[in-house]
Amino acid sequence: MAAEGNAKPAKKLSLKENYALLTRGLGWEPSYEKKEDIFRTIDFEGVVIHDWDKWEDPFRLTMDAYWKYQGEKERKLYAIIDAFQQNNGQFNVTDARYVQALKVFINGITELEYLSHRGFNMLAREFPGVGPRIAAQMQSLDELRHATTQIHTISQYAKYFTGMNEFPYQFDRVWYLSIPKSFFEDAVTSGPFEFIVAISFAFEYVLTNLAFMPWMSGAAFNGDMATVSFGFSAQSDEARHMTLGIEVIKFLLEQDPANVPLVQKWIDKWFWRGYRLLSLLATMMDYMLPKRVMAWNEAWEIYYEQNGGALFADLARYGIKPPKRAPETIAEKGHVAHQMWSVFYANRDAVGFQMWLPSEEEMAWMSEKYPDTFDQYYRPRYEYWKAMEAAGTPFKNTTLPQLCQVCQWPCLFTDSGDPTTLSLRETEYQGQTFHMCSDGCKDIFDDTPEKYVHAWLPVHQIYQGNCFLPGVDPTAPDFNPMYEALRYMGIKPGVDNGDFKGGADATNWEKWTSRPANIHEGAYTDAVRDSHIKS
Amino acid sequence: MPIKAITPDYHGDFKDGVEKFNGNQLVNIHWEKHLMFAWPMCVPLPPGMPFGALIEGVLPGIFGAHPNFKQIDWNAVEWKTSKGPFKPDLAKSLSDNGIGHKTTISFRTPGLNGVNGNAVC
Repeated sequence: MAAEGNAKPAKKLSLKENYALLTRGLGWEPSYEKKEDIFRTIDFEGVVIHDWDKWEDPFRLTMDAYWKYQGEKERKLYAIIDAFQQNNGQFNVTDARYVQALKVFINGITELEYLSHRGFNMLAREFPGVGPRIAAQMQSLDELRHATTQIHTISQYAKYFTGMNEFPYQFDRVWYLSIPKSFFEDAVTSGPFEFIVAISFAFEYVLTNLAFMPWMSGAAFNGDMATVSFGFSAQSDEARHMTLGIEVIKFLLEQDPANVPLVQKWIDKWFWRGYRLLSLLATMMDYMLPKRVMAWNEAWEIYYEQNGGALFADLARYGIKPPKRAPETIAEKGHVAHQMWSVFYANRDAVGFQMWLPSEEEMAWMSEKYPDTFDQYYRPRYEYWKAMEAAGTPFKNTTLPQLCQVCQWPCLFTDSGDPTTLSLRETEYQGQTFHMCSDGCKDIFDDTPEKYVHAWLPVHQIYQGNCFLPGVDPTAPDFNPMYEALRYMGIKPGVDNGDFKGGADATNWEKWTSRPANIHEGAYTDAVRDSHIKS
Repeated sequence: MPIKAITPDYHGDFKDGVEKFNGNQLVNIHWEKHLMFAWPMCVPLPPGMPFGALIEGVLPGIFGAHPNFKQIDWNAVEWKTSKGPFKPDLAKSLSDNGIGHKTTISFRTPGLNGVNGNAVC
């Protein structure tokens, strides 16, 4: 014992040595298997990597430190979630319309976190370099954490409001949820380099601030402290993911000039796919937040036109150009949120949340924010629809839409030169016709039709008879295909969908809080009027 | 350039061949300058259905809620597909009028361009 006591303590490693041992030092050269048998998916995309050790780890984070930091974040977050639940925080949000936006989030976004977890898990196995493997492993765990924290946070809302209790089931079945699903499954089924350019760079680095900054500010502004808390808990992870995105691009471009055209093609494709996905956010920001923080076009100007402009100016030295279809996104920025809300409103019996027409106050805001488009192209439509509601003959569309083969949105977008003409594109491929919503989606289809002919388009699947529950007889005299398709999707007809006013969420909200379900329209029910008289 | 995939000569199955629609074909229909219906509508129809039956039996169910619909003079309607304008023979079938699986038909109604002449609704 004495001898041990006299031994000098082991020299404390410097941070740099510690980092090197706990990252690069974890790799090894295989001795009894060939490298190409271990890393089988690394060559087919045509990317050339000369030296994986040139990878500059942007995080300088070791796995033991990672667990420590994440553990602390989790403890803080769950303390807040507990307090939120105990204080019935779900009733502190602005009104019950805000909750409809959470439904889009839990049903459409949370599963993307999970798919991202899977994608990065695969990269952590597939990359031969130790640095990027560890980075991918950490991000994989981050994404899993984001999925679980979102589910836990929103579960409190699900106890009180409709349409949030079937999210994994709905994600694989609901017609408009095939939009986010197909986006991420396209990425996950690409090669590892395309995946990391798609998700780490095009999505996380170029576009994710759009999802994060205005959306989380919007949650805070509308009193949703639970969502803000998971947002902030995730934000330091997101900063790390963005750093990974820019490192990936620089590494690929510096390794070999042959990588430049491949990276450019992936940037063009995934910027467009990411933008089309985020159009959903445009309508959430402009229409579903009762108190708004900024308009979609303002967000696009700050987070893409200014920040993205600076980024691509910086990448020009590698021979990288801004995304091919960026001009279309700028031309559309005054339209896209309004076009999307119109589609959801018209099809409100076929969605898993409840819909309303914008109030006078909201339309005045939109006129101010969108002076070149709203009054001319969208206000007249809403005013006509309001008149139809007032006349007792509200407008509802009853026919399924033509979908884009690539992004899977209905073909609802207009030509940038003429907002009263739809931007319909089609391609003949091996004797069959395929429809696209835009030149951006047509570029993608035409480049790899082999992949997109296989797309699971909900409208076509419904018409093929593949979207009904077992035991449903499509030949029965009282067969109602719309009703049965909704049941298959996990949407409860007459409960989850339809008009906000008179719906379960609005009615319960007023009963439970004595506050108006729509702050712009006053009370819908006596629950609010009574309480005001009493007080 | 062919797709790059792990499997050589990868090609996804065609998910929406006409043979999968139980004897029907898909037809997409878009009424131009009536953006209350701001996307083409997709319906399964028998290829042998006369074009006239499309007008009389199918279109009212899709577009009938629009106040312009009852005023349409079907003789004056201008029809087109991606292949260009065409004049349908109402007695002949969709197939004989050149309407195949997944064809998108756009039609324009001269003089009727939306509620109060405003194409946005």
